[in-house]
Amino acid sequence: MLRIAKRQSISKRKSAFIRISGILSALVLMSFFLLAMGLNPFKVYGAMIAGCFGSFYRFRQTIELMIPLSLAALGIMIAFKMKFWNIGAEGQILMGAMAASFVALNMPELPKPVLLTLMGVAGLLVGGLWAFIPAIFKVKYETNETLFTLMMNYIAIKFVIYLQYGPWKDPGAMGFPKIPNFVDGAIIPELFGVHIGWVILIALTVLFYVLLNKTKLGYEISVIGESQNTARYAGMNVNRVVLLSLFMSGAICGLVGMIQASGVAGTLTSGLAGGMGYTAIIVAWLSQMQIQFVPVIGLLFAVLVQGASYIQTAFQIPQSAAEILQGIILFFALGSEFFVKYTLHSIKESKTKEKVKGAAYE
Amino acid sequence: MSSLLFFSAAVQAGTPLLFATLGEILTEKSGNLNLGVEGLMLIGAVAGFAAGMATQSVILAILFAAIAGAAAGCLYAFLTVTLRANQVVTGLSLTIFGTGVSGFAGKYLMGLVLPESMKAVFVNFRVPLLGSIPVLGDVFFNQNVFVYFGYLLAIGMGLYLSYSRYGLNLRTVGENPYAADASGIQVSTYKYVHIMIGSAISALGGAYLSLVYVPAWQENVTAGRGWIAVALVIFAMWSPYKAILGAFLFGGLDIIGFRIQSMDIAISQYLIDMTPYLVTILVLIMNSVFKKRDQAPGALSVSYFREER
Amino acid sequence: MNVIELKNITKRFGTVTANDHVNFDLEAGEIHAILGENGAGKSSLMNVLAGVYQPEIGEIYLRGERVTIPSPRHSIKMGIGMIHQHFKLVECHTVLENMIAGVSGKFFMNQKKLSKEIEDLSERYGLKINPNARIDTLSVAEKQRVEILKVLYRGAKVLILDEPTAVLTPQETDNLFEILRKLKSDGHAMIIITHKLDEVIAISDRITVMRKGVKIKTLINENLSPRELTNEMVGKAVELTIECPATDCRNTLLNVENLRILNSDGRPVLGGISFDLSGGEILGVAGVAGSGQKELCESIAGLETIKDGQIKFNNSDITGRSPREILELGISMSFVPEDRLGMGLVAGMDLVENVLLKSYRDKKGLFVDREAAKAHADLLVDKLNIDTPDIYTPVRQLSGGNIQKVLLGREIEMQPELIITAYPARGLDVGSAHKVYDLLNEQKLQNNGIMFIGEDLDVLLEISDRIMVLCEGKITGIVKADEVSKEDLGYLMAGRSLEGGHSNA
Repeated sequence: MLRIAKRQSISKRKSAFIRISGILSALVLMSFFLLAMGLNPFKVYGAMIAGCFGSFYRFRQTIELMIPLSLAALGIMIAFKMKFWNIGAEGQILMGAMAASFVALNMPELPKPVLLTLMGVAGLLVGGLWAFIPAIFKVKYETNETLFTLMMNYIAIKFVIYLQYGPWKDPGAMGFPKIPNFVDGAIIPELFGVHIGWVILIALTVLFYVLLNKTKLGYEISVIGESQNTARYAGMNVNRVVLLSLFMSGAICGLVGMIQASGVAGTLTSGLAGGMGYTAIIVAWLSQMQIQFVPVIGLLFAVLVQGASYIQTAFQIPQSAAEILQGIILFFALGSEFFVKYTLHSIKESKTKEKVKGAAYE
Repeated sequence: MSSLLFFSAAVQAGTPLLFATLGEILTEKSGNLNLGVEGLMLIGAVAGFAAGMATQSVILAILFAAIAGAAAGCLYAFLTVTLRANQVVTGLSLTIFGTGVSGFAGKYLMGLVLPESMKAVFVNFRVPLLGSIPVLGDVFFNQNVFVYFGYLLAIGMGLYLSYSRYGLNLRTVGENPYAADASGIQVSTYKYVHIMIGSAISALGGAYLSLVYVPAWQENVTAGRGWIAVALVIFAMWSPYKAILGAFLFGGLDIIGFRIQSMDIAISQYLIDMTPYLVTILVLIMNSVFKKRDQAPGALSVSYFREER
Repeated sequence: MNVIELKNITKRFGTVTANDHVNFDLEAGEIHAILGENGAGKSSLMNVLAGVYQPEIGEIYLRGERVTIPSPRHSIKMGIGMIHQHFKLVECHTVLENMIAGVSGKFFMNQKKLSKEIEDLSERYGLKINPNARIDTLSVAEKQRVEILKVLYRGAKVLILDEPTAVLTPQETDNLFEILRKLKSDGHAMIIITHKLDEVIAISDRITVMRKGVKIKTLINENLSPRELTNEMVGKAVELTIECPATDCRNTLLNVENLRILNSDGRPVLGGISFDLSGGEILGVAGVAGSGQKELCESIAGLETIKDGQIKFNNSDITGRSPREILELGISMSFVPEDRLGMGLVAGMDLVENVLLKSYRDKKGLFVDREAAKAHADLLVDKLNIDTPDIYTPVRQLSGGNIQKVLLGREIEMQPELIITAYPARGLDVGSAHKVYDLLNEQKLQNNGIMFIGEDLDVLLEISDRIMVLCEGKITGIVKADEVSKEDLGYLMAGRSLEGGHSNA
């Protein structure tokens, strides 16, 4: 009979080994599916890689996927460190994009640097606000943040659809419900052929690494995340830190929205976030709360998505297959966490004779 | 007259929500939070429709949808109960997986139409006696058999939870698994069984959409209803009876857009689309501000491990 | 004939051996006490019988037949019922619901019939309880009765009680013993886990002494003295005496006036407390668990909302101020809480990070000075002999005594004028406990004031200058430690007052 016991501690190498084995197992399982569909798994995986890095154009696509995913994951991680299950990244991204678009559409005459800065600030503020609202209720009334932030996502999407079909509808689009494109002054510049979102990603990764690991605020965040009781006992202003962190969390996602609207879509659409907010949650969780892993995991996911998109035409494998693979990888990652936290023993079983007792009283 | 039709339509629109909510209530009563309801509904929708097309039998279609839901629930249970994985992330993963699987399988079902013989099963009929009650009879008791099944299920679940031994044991597991274990209740077994049954019920909500309500398979046929159900569980305060009320209320809000348009009110349909979510937020806030005795199962979303030291 | 026999039971948790080849037997119809200090392995051993823990090595025999007990369900089927120290009840369910949970029977429960069954059972053993009361409305003693009834209802012939009197007043303890004697005359056998010598001598037929996971010996309860038992429990003859040095500085450090605190249901937890504490004294605080000690400490430290009243520290009003504000006022007060890993320390962080908890603001600017904290941590490990692999090990992996050393050490390093400490020696072995008392006395000699909440009345009587007794949120007496006896304290703890003279010792 197998028995489960909690591990006291585990070496970094062993835990990394377990986790990587998990992901590899997922890929192996997927290979069986591919074989069942009559495809050569190696060719498919190879094509996925080629689809991401094979040409500069494809590489750029991959990076353009990685940037918003990783940035949003950074933001989400800050919230998760506070044990605030923020699943509202999707809505925060959209609202940030909406705010930036508002600036872009209403002040197109401003010089480019000014306009872009204003757009960025707008994205930060409104995205931050979108996270701040559920946060305030959590802090004051312990309202469940998982569900609150979720509902905020739907409100955000519906609101953008409303704008798209209504007040911001482009009169020049011949009846097609679409928001006008931004002027050139509202498009963020490129560096080395990719929009400067990548510079922002690097900068913010470094900034947050330093913030969380070296500063007083970062220390407070980790203590509060582990034990609010202890934090209060140590004299920390828990509410202030929580609200500030959650605002930052939403703000970063809002900035992602601005980057997507300005650098990728060139306008605002309701599909701008496209599920990225949810995928970013998973990227954050897989990064095991370590900032430095976020770009790496983000890249891996971008490869998954971009590769899947590429092989869709090459091998006639539908988009939903990528979702299946994502799901399988996640299940294995979740499952392998078990082996990191617990060990299994076997104990010898001997004959069990049970004495069945009647009622205690006659 | 048109009001009665509206309310009657609200009941129809609320039925998938009711099934999804009832299923999640059962799961949460066992102490597990499953955010994968949307995925379960999609799995149920595609499985039910596929089985229906393949067998031309309503019973088999529903059965297959339930089994598919139970299988997905089993996967979720394995991860969260046996492997003690993080329930929030597992639920989200289930949604992604369910969306993928249903989209993949559904590719072959696009554009297909159910045979008339199957559609005929879901024709409205009046319940004798109850259907003759003015107003209420027209709204609630002149529906199709799937809707009636929903009422029975809700009432049955309510009785089960309040008055049966198994229901009591389940509630104990969800409130305090240590107490349950010490009382000799097999915590894992209870969780597995009720998560699987709950998942099957939620999947039936999806099957209702593809077999009765639309009826057809479309990508994203559930349109976020699974997420609303998660909120509805709280709105209903984990009570199957209140879930009936909540589901029909939200069903009504869902379709109110069309009604308002035809009444020439100058509010954009899209703004009205937002109302169910705004209302749920309001409920969330009200529940937490006016804190009555906690209705959430005490050990919700906590993994249980006997030898905690 | 032996009802139960345990042979060679060995139970390990990682590197800690809780039970080391322990042999134990229980005869029919006897009350058998297992005596030992915290950490002796008593609960672990009984948890093996209860099916909660699985031993790595060893055999269990029930009426001579070899059995295994893989889960609580099996234990219950075998007629063993455990009443845990921390009750396993569902607070928002009724007594009836808690008792019926897990019992097989008809699909739909007949509330009336079951209610009657429970009432009959409770009458039989003198365990009066209302089956339809919600658990969270019951007193601690009543909850214990529910736990006992629970196991009896399931047909337990062997009852295991884990520290049953820890939360009872002396009078409630007497009631409990009456019930146990009744059960004994009815043919039940009982095992009582405890560390209270007087009770052991009062109630048990045989006594098994355990120390550090090992069984020392089993004695028959005939003509035994507490001193003998203590020696077995503790090992070498240990000085029970703790110093209580005299000081003469008597400036009032802390002044509490009419303090009232309500709990979340609006009921008073502290109902108008007033007292003073001076520099250079140790004020002991005695009382049954739940008399308001926790709330008292936390309200002074700024962690609990105050309904009414005033708290002054060196004449500045700190009523209702948060710990942050108290710090900013420049007040040096230290609170060493009962909940070490849940409040005083961050369980998952290492020594350095925990030392930082109070000192991270010292360096100016945005950044944290981990170098200083590392040096500080090394200093603490050295000075207090903290047993840890290194300063980067998460503190939750340390033993109870070492965890306390980290906590206390960190606080004392800050040179506080007032130290509030709740159950500082709980779970510590005798050596570590005395080290703690020495540290506190050191502080006292520096004219700092100490409020010592304790559960061991012997220790309180030795270490305190004065003792304040709380009962159900009120002060029943503030007495000089050298003028009262243990019985006196027991009376005060139960809510009675010492009229005129003292109880007959």
